[in-house]
Amino acid sequence: MVTLQHYLFLSAALFTLGVIGVMFRRNLIVILMSLELMLNAVNLTFIAFARYLGSVEGQIIVLFVMVVAAAEVAVGLAIAVTVFRQRGSINVDEVNLMRW
Amino acid sequence: METVLFYILGTITLASAFCVVFLQRPIHNVLFMIITMIGIAGLFILLHAEFIAMVQLIVYAGAVMVLFLFVIMLLNLDQLRLSHDSRAARRWVGVVAAVGLLVLVAPIFRAFTPRGGTGTLMLDKAGQISNTEVVARELFTTYLLPFEITSVLLLAAIIGAVILARKRSGKTAKG
Amino acid sequence: MTDLVWLIPVFPLIGFLINGLIGRRFPEKAIGWIGTASVGASFVVALFIFLELICMAPDSRSVQKIVYTWMLSGDLNVPIGFLMDPLSMIMMMVVSGVGCIIHAYSIGYMHGEVGFRRYFSYLNLFVFNMLILVSANNFLLMFVGWEGVGLCSYLLIGYYYEKKSASDAGKKAFVVNRVGDFGFLLGMFLIFVTFGTFNYTEVFGAATEKLTQGGTMVTLITLLLFVGATGKSAQIPLFTWLPDAMEGPTPVSALIHAATMVTAGVYMVARCSILFAMAPISLTVVAIIGGATALFAATIGITQYDIKRVLAYSTISQLGYMFMACGVGAFASGIFHLMTHAFFKALLFMAAGSVMHAMSGELDMRKMGDLRKKVPYTHWTYLFGTLAIAGIFPFAGFFSKDEILYYSFQRHEGFWIVGAVAAIMTSFYMFRSVFMTFYGQSRVDHETAHHIHESPPIMIVPLMILAFLSLVGGLVGIPIFEGLNRFGDFVAPVFAPAKAIIEHGAHHDGHHSVSMELILMGVSLAIAILGLLFARWMYVSDPGVPERVIQKFPRLHKLVYNKYWIDELYDFLFVNSIVNFSRFLWKAFDEAVIDGIVNGTGAVVRGWGNALRWIQTGLVRDYALSFLVGVLVVIGYLVLR
Repeated sequence: MVTLQHYLFLSAALFTLGVIGVMFRRNLIVILMSLELMLNAVNLTFIAFARYLGSVEGQIIVLFVMVVAAAEVAVGLAIAVTVFRQRGSINVDEVNLMRW
Repeated sequence: METVLFYILGTITLASAFCVVFLQRPIHNVLFMIITMIGIAGLFILLHAEFIAMVQLIVYAGAVMVLFLFVIMLLNLDQLRLSHDSRAARRWVGVVAAVGLLVLVAPIFRAFTPRGGTGTLMLDKAGQISNTEVVARELFTTYLLPFEITSVLLLAAIIGAVILARKRSGKTAKG
Repeated sequence: MTDLVWLIPVFPLIGFLINGLIGRRFPEKAIGWIGTASVGASFVVALFIFLELICMAPDSRSVQKIVYTWMLSGDLNVPIGFLMDPLSMIMMMVVSGVGCIIHAYSIGYMHGEVGFRRYFSYLNLFVFNMLILVSANNFLLMFVGWEGVGLCSYLLIGYYYEKKSASDAGKKAFVVNRVGDFGFLLGMFLIFVTFGTFNYTEVFGAATEKLTQGGTMVTLITLLLFVGATGKSAQIPLFTWLPDAMEGPTPVSALIHAATMVTAGVYMVARCSILFAMAPISLTVVAIIGGATALFAATIGITQYDIKRVLAYSTISQLGYMFMACGVGAFASGIFHLMTHAFFKALLFMAAGSVMHAMSGELDMRKMGDLRKKVPYTHWTYLFGTLAIAGIFPFAGFFSKDEILYYSFQRHEGFWIVGAVAAIMTSFYMFRSVFMTFYGQSRVDHETAHHIHESPPIMIVPLMILAFLSLVGGLVGIPIFEGLNRFGDFVAPVFAPAKAIIEHGAHHDGHHSVSMELILMGVSLAIAILGLLFARWMYVSDPGVPERVIQKFPRLHKLVYNKYWIDELYDFLFVNSIVNFSRFLWKAFDEAVIDGIVNGTGAVVRGWGNALRWIQTGLVRDYALSFLVGVLVVIGYLVLR
């Protein structure tokens, strides 16, 4: 019997993996991907709740999240491209002009 | 049956996610990401969200990941080797924090019993009404306004992406 | 017309507002005439009310008009009200009349000055305050006028504010006044505590009930009020500001420091005559200080060479006479002398201004001489003023001063002696100034001699008007013959209660001996003429005499010439300690503590900023880390609650 708890654990684990990816990796592209991972984990949570609560609101929110994620990826990758063109590197540590 | 499927799909998804985070070459990361997406789509279907699952496959796995691939190919990033990370120690703090988050939240899940719900999922009529119709029923009535606003959001994103990624003549930054 | 009494102070106020606020573009003539006309209008209204009062029966000549209730709080009820009785009407007419004449004179005197508009605005403001002072029907409103004239005095003395000595003089005047005002305020507080009201009629009406004759309360009140008077009217010990006040323009000296502001103290004492009558100790104090000041200032006046200084010390001396008159119970005489003094002192100052005008600003009499042919009108008017102040029959000063001397004699011979000696000195130094300036050999240096010219009519006509008044002004107060003392009869009802109290407690029989009075009159005249002859001998016939006298008494001369070193004494006793204390407060407290706190706050903020800036590494991942930590904290808090 698969309970809500199972799904919640799973999505929590996925979310944590995503956070680790954002913290650990220096490649900008990979960071963006970890971000996507986190968003997916959240989507999973929403759908799980929709299922166990019997309301479709969860699924609708997921739709919106996907829209936002898509938009964010588009813009984020555009920024990554620009940064690469300017600095020749995709290393996030080198994008530090705003330091003190 | 459901349990078995859940565990299979769950394992696949988790393993792929692990690979996404820890593998070195970006191409590998992207490919494993696609597998993760498919896994999650499977889980969606398990959760009676067929429409969303399809949207996931089409949009995420089909478009977003392909976009990632394009960018990697375009900028020839696969060959890039990053210098030694001078601040690795700091990152461990982040890892600890993330795991800590997980640990913190876990106990709640145990005691969690979902309550409430609007019954709009119409699981009892699963045979007669498709998930698509169920979603549409809510989306175009109660949530019509957010729906329209997201189209504006997408417009803004498109314009932003186009402007940002344009190849500039010389080095002068425009407006 | 009595209903319109509020117009009297309001006209000059309007003049002040017009000239002050919108007169920037007006031509000089407009500004000057607006100022003069406003005061003139006040005089006209005052005159009408005066005539109305005359038509009333002598006992009912006291009208009050309340325009507005200013403060109403518990027991305290202070209205904006005006009292029209003989005393206040006389004061109002003197202030507005002489004020109007001086305004007209100023149009000529201040011609070409940069701050012309400022001058006239302040002058109008001053007249406004002075009229409030004399027409108020309660102590608090009078105090408003009192403070106001102090302020205007400061503003006008420091008119040439770019000159350090001038601004210092203004400051000195204000601060010394303030010391007096402190006493005045304490006196007012005691009045309120005793009577529960500030209103004149209520206070004076209840005086005999609420206060004991000769008791401590009434003595305290009157002494404190008198302290205020000494400050405002430059008596011992608060007179040091008046000679310095000569830094201001000459018409200012004429108006404020001769005719009006300095007389406010005398007016106040006269107004409170009942209270003073009930406190014989205070009366004696007033008389003694008045007499002492009269003598003291006269001695200093003898040695001064600056023509305005001579007149300043003469003012202090004459004010002493007025206080001495009040002190011996002759309040009416004091006010009479106030009026005649306003005429001739204003005249003298303005004539001196005319001399300065002719001499291109020279003040030192040692550089003058033999001017009488060159500036005839100035010479004659100045001479009239001198004859008046010296008390030569039939000029105004003779009658008023003689009355004072007579009543002083009645009270105690000692007062008469002081008064007589001061009178001879007055005559002497005034004629000395006449002879040094207009007669004898010319000691004018060549440059100035070329430019000597008579003053324009706008300045001469006011002089002539005042000269005329100095001649006939005394005729309203001819003593002895019944019915000719119009002045005395007019103001008598105001002082009647006080006189009754004094006569009641008087030991000697106050018989009005006609022969005694005639004898004393003769003596006064003789004294004055003696002074004249003495001066003529020393300065015209034998100009070397002064030098020889100075050489014979070098130390005495030095003492008197330097004003008995009183200024230096005050500096040593009071001023220096206050200045040093202020300096200490500045360095130790203001700089160290207050600046320390302010700067310290800044330093703390800067320190924190310095420490916290290390967080801004510019690395995206570090910021993400902060996000995560933050989220952790929040969720942790919510979970563990």
